[in-house]
Amino acid sequence: MTDRTIAVDYIARVEGEGALRVRIEGGRAKEVELRIFEPPRFFEAMLRGRAYTEAPDITARICGICPVAYQMSACHALERALGMRVDGALRELRRLLYCGEWIESHALHIYLLHAPDFLGYPDAVRLAKDHPKEVTDGLALKKIGNAVMQLLGGREVHPINVRVGGFYRVPSREELAVLVPSLEEGFVLAEATARFAASLPFPKVKEEYEFVALRHPDEYPMNEGDLVSNRGLWIPQERFEEEFKEGQVPYSHALQAHRRGGGTYLVGPMARYSLNRDRLPPRTRALAESIGLEPTIDNPYRSIVVRAIEIAFACEESLRIVRRYSVPPVPFVPPPATIPEVRGAAVTEAPRGILYHRYDVAAGGLLREAKIVPPTSQNQGRIEDDLRHLIDADVARPDAELALACERAIRNHDPCISCATHFLKLEVERA
Amino acid sequence: MAIVAHPRLAVWKFASCDGCQLSLLDCEDELLAVADRVEIANFVEASSAVAPGPYDLSLVEGSITTAHDAERILQVRAQSRRLVTIGACATSGGIQALRNFADVDEFRRVVYARPEYISTLAQSTAIADHVPVDFELRGCPINKHQLLEVVAAFLHGRRPTVPTDSVCIECKRRGTVCVVVAHGTPCLGPVTQAGCGAICPAYDRGCYGCFGPQDTPNPEAWGRRLRELGMSSEEIVRVYRTFNAAAKPFRLAAESAGGGGA
Repeated sequence: MTDRTIAVDYIARVEGEGALRVRIEGGRAKEVELRIFEPPRFFEAMLRGRAYTEAPDITARICGICPVAYQMSACHALERALGMRVDGALRELRRLLYCGEWIESHALHIYLLHAPDFLGYPDAVRLAKDHPKEVTDGLALKKIGNAVMQLLGGREVHPINVRVGGFYRVPSREELAVLVPSLEEGFVLAEATARFAASLPFPKVKEEYEFVALRHPDEYPMNEGDLVSNRGLWIPQERFEEEFKEGQVPYSHALQAHRRGGGTYLVGPMARYSLNRDRLPPRTRALAESIGLEPTIDNPYRSIVVRAIEIAFACEESLRIVRRYSVPPVPFVPPPATIPEVRGAAVTEAPRGILYHRYDVAAGGLLREAKIVPPTSQNQGRIEDDLRHLIDADVARPDAELALACERAIRNHDPCISCATHFLKLEVERA
Repeated sequence: MAIVAHPRLAVWKFASCDGCQLSLLDCEDELLAVADRVEIANFVEASSAVAPGPYDLSLVEGSITTAHDAERILQVRAQSRRLVTIGACATSGGIQALRNFADVDEFRRVVYARPEYISTLAQSTAIADHVPVDFELRGCPINKHQLLEVVAAFLHGRRPTVPTDSVCIECKRRGTVCVVVAHGTPCLGPVTQAGCGAICPAYDRGCYGCFGPQDTPNPEAWGRRLRELGMSSEEIVRVYRTFNAAAKPFRLAAESAGGGGA
């Protein structure tokens, strides 16, 4: 058979810009290149010489879809560097803010970006003409997540209320209590979402993933925990750079992370759930059981079901936090009076998976070096593996069909191309 | 612009975080109504159905940072009856304009092991530096209510009602006690354009200028006041050099406080 190249110029319904080039030789995918042509913005360089206190607001601007994740990883890394402990109600409020972002981001992906693929529509607007209930449910869920971020963060995109040590202002019990009815409604909508997602027609695919996620002694992971994988990795999160390395490929602006001495790996909802199912709180676990969700999800198309379960989790967890909340004595833990030369790193669970920040702070508090490894740069290599398997299994399909199938396979992982600090156009070449 | 029965909308992205286009999807209560009234002809982040131009209204997010994008914006303009820029990246160059005060080759070497793979321009510039723009909507991020107002205004052939006065005015309307007067907290409210709802002072922090300079600011004079409030020259340079660093009044204020580069 002839060799061929398939090209997709813009991958739609992903956040950011990317393209894909595939070269097929002798009936197999010889080269699969996910190209991120999101123009580089040089955050790690711009952060040098800025005050450590500016890192949460500046790094939030890496991604408008998950700004809270950037704020959280920045705060935790700097607090670890400065020996600050943020506990009690402040810790709970951070978790609540993060829950808001998980709900908003997952609802956006499930209903507006991913569901149209399964039901054969180009977008949610056209999906809404035939399935109005699903789309309005999705928008209602999104709004519930956004309401949490507005209340606690001041606004939904680039919240203004997060600082190293905690918050500028903390809400009263009464202010937070307003969220209870909508979060209860959110859990009910999440149950409907999980049943809807579980009923979708899934291609039969099984991938062998190395899943990497945080694991916490008693919580479903978000801000804290050790770094673990299903292949025996278990390390403190500060040791991220010892186990993972970012490399650069000529065809993409995004750096790609790999296990040192190993291969590609997957972060995000499938990894988090498969490694932490036993940490789901009771109502969410009962929901997962009622839809028959297996303990390990290795079919990437079914990530949509896991996202729905994580929305249910975020609603249940938010309700717990809101109901037990009492106003902390101070809105933030004060930083040390003098800042010595320090280094600190942290990993938190962004909606798309683990997000690593490391800062070197000079004496006095200016940043000397910053390192940021977003989820999409970690998943990029593994997404290429998914695509290689898809093409090898179905190589006889015409280029246009293969291109569409590849785009779908990419959207399974909700890649956030803007986040690729450092994504799609499909080109298939058959030689 | 004349009223079109089913106007065609396009959304474009240049160097940015996607937060401003997300603001359109964040209009949860209005999104389906808007989609009924306009044809969303080109919005790659939300739809895989892309219809060719021309478009009645283009919303442009992001700044120009590559030679390829400098070409692409010309094509976008040529296909658009009206072009509105949304957000600080598109209206002033965004946070990535911090490179304008530094050596971009050095930036490239710091972030990438193989800087030769990376093509970029030395400056991050606003869309209006490249093509005529019909309206600029400020903010990092934009305010979604202002976005709906702008879209509605252009679809009805009128100018948008978007105030260009300062955040101070919004604080007064909101009834927020002035954080400068009451607490001595440094705040960019007097020199920053309204539109966010004056959220920072309402959360006990000073405004950090994410909507860029207001209509008639005097940021150098305000820099002197910031100094009285205890900020060092270096801090004043940094506070003017964030998300709208390349907006002229903020750029000049940072320079007069001693900021180098540019």
